[in-house]
Amino acid sequence: MNDDTIFVINNLRVWYGAVEAVRNISCGIRRHEILGIIGPANSGKTSFLRTLNRLNDLVPSCRTEGEVLLNGVDIYSDDMPVPELRKRVGMVFALPVPLPMSIMDNITYGPRMQGIRSRSTLSEITEKCLRAASLWDEVKDRLHVSAFRLSGGQQQRLCIARTLALQPDVILFDEPCSGLDPISTAKVEATMVELKQRHTIVLVTNNTKQASRVSDRVAFFLQGELVEIGATDRIFTAPRDRRTEDYIAGRFG
Amino acid sequence: MTEQRFRLPPRTTQALVQILLYLACGVAIFILAFVIIFILKNGLPVVTWRFLTGPVVDMGKAGGIFPSIVGTVFITGLALCIATPLGVGSAIYLTEYTRPTRITRFIRFGVECLAGVPSIIFGLFGFVFFVVTLRLGWSILSGGLSLAAMLLPTIIRTSEEAIKAVPVSYREVSYCLGTTRWQTVVHSVLPSALPGILTGIILSIGRSVGETAVLIFTAGSAIQTPTSLMQSARTMSVHFYLLAREGISMQMAYGTAAILVISILIINIISYGLMHRFISRRTR
Repeated sequence: MNDDTIFVINNLRVWYGAVEAVRNISCGIRRHEILGIIGPANSGKTSFLRTLNRLNDLVPSCRTEGEVLLNGVDIYSDDMPVPELRKRVGMVFALPVPLPMSIMDNITYGPRMQGIRSRSTLSEITEKCLRAASLWDEVKDRLHVSAFRLSGGQQQRLCIARTLALQPDVILFDEPCSGLDPISTAKVEATMVELKQRHTIVLVTNNTKQASRVSDRVAFFLQGELVEIGATDRIFTAPRDRRTEDYIAGRFG
Repeated sequence: MTEQRFRLPPRTTQALVQILLYLACGVAIFILAFVIIFILKNGLPVVTWRFLTGPVVDMGKAGGIFPSIVGTVFITGLALCIATPLGVGSAIYLTEYTRPTRITRFIRFGVECLAGVPSIIFGLFGFVFFVVTLRLGWSILSGGLSLAAMLLPTIIRTSEEAIKAVPVSYREVSYCLGTTRWQTVVHSVLPSALPGILTGIILSIGRSVGETAVLIFTAGSAIQTPTSLMQSARTMSVHFYLLAREGISMQMAYGTAAILVISILIINIISYGLMHRFISRRTR
């Protein structure tokens, strides 16, 4: 394993009950890249993503097999502190989920749970994260109103800012723009490109155009299998697998 | 030709249904209003400051109901102090800390059955267990404990429903922010479930203030103002029941009933008011 690989996944299998959602996937994720994961519905993209921060642990019927190494440490080993893992591997969901509290309380939720109480520190974190998610100018005068008051696009950027507050190494995006209009989508995409300076990003998307716009490498999933992974240009111009070509060309999916 | 069934034109049906629903609602409200007005009309004339603060005189023919107000507050308070943490705790355990298995389903079913058990059974249980076996005697403690046993299933069920109604996404978000299970429960789940949990508790207050069957067996019916948990005491409902049942004084019974109704009304208004303020503060 070389030093610029942050995640190494070996022979990963995920079952929900009797249904095998991820079938024997092996791949690596590089530091400070945006890895786009594309594929039709039910191809195991989201299941794969949710194994990277062990969010599937919450699903009673879910079973995981194989190895997921974060900086060389198996995150599925018994002595892995899961809250610690999730601090380093943050996640942004398909639909924005602001918690029912103020904008500032949303951002500082993570840090507060880590025991940070100082108001000035929390204010600093709030400003820094909102700026990083390019939301600061829109909300700086109303940090104490409910996060529900924001528009959908703003809420999604709030969720990104909230994830940033824990300074994660990796951020998992699960179709972050599926509920957003084109302008909000463009803003979120710009934010992601900005963020890869400091973070590694894994982006699951149903929108192949989005993958081609923002990602450095692209992985194509189909029916729980990893069909192909490679540099974005290469995947989109010279896919090695026929199925990848068909999907990108819009012949199915 | 197919058989033509007689059908009312939709507009007529609409009008008819509207009238029927209107009537149903009207009758329901009328009954409720009638009961309350009847009680207040018969009861309020005897309600004076002395009635509220005076001791029971001559078995209740004269004097006031102060001892039973104190008894009600103590017994209800004690029952809630015991049943709320146990009930909400069990609900949290059942929803957040266990995976759905046959055992949890069995527990849930048992709880549901217990919620339907008539209160007098809990009275009998309290008498046999707390009063006799544990030798607590007829006391506020026995009454409170038995009442708590009666309230427990309801509080568990309502809390569980309230906790289950919290969107899964809140939990996922909270976990994704590096929190432990307990932090997620305390900071994301419970605040959102609180209105539902409180509704269950408020209903329980109403039930315990109005409960007689359990308490006659367990708290006794002393007419002195209680000063310790080990003393017997009667609640307003028990006082009312004895006044009416023994034919001591219907007028005083109505007076007690009026105070009961009014206090339940006040409790509900205050608690729903507080709840509303809490909700609007979180979603403003």
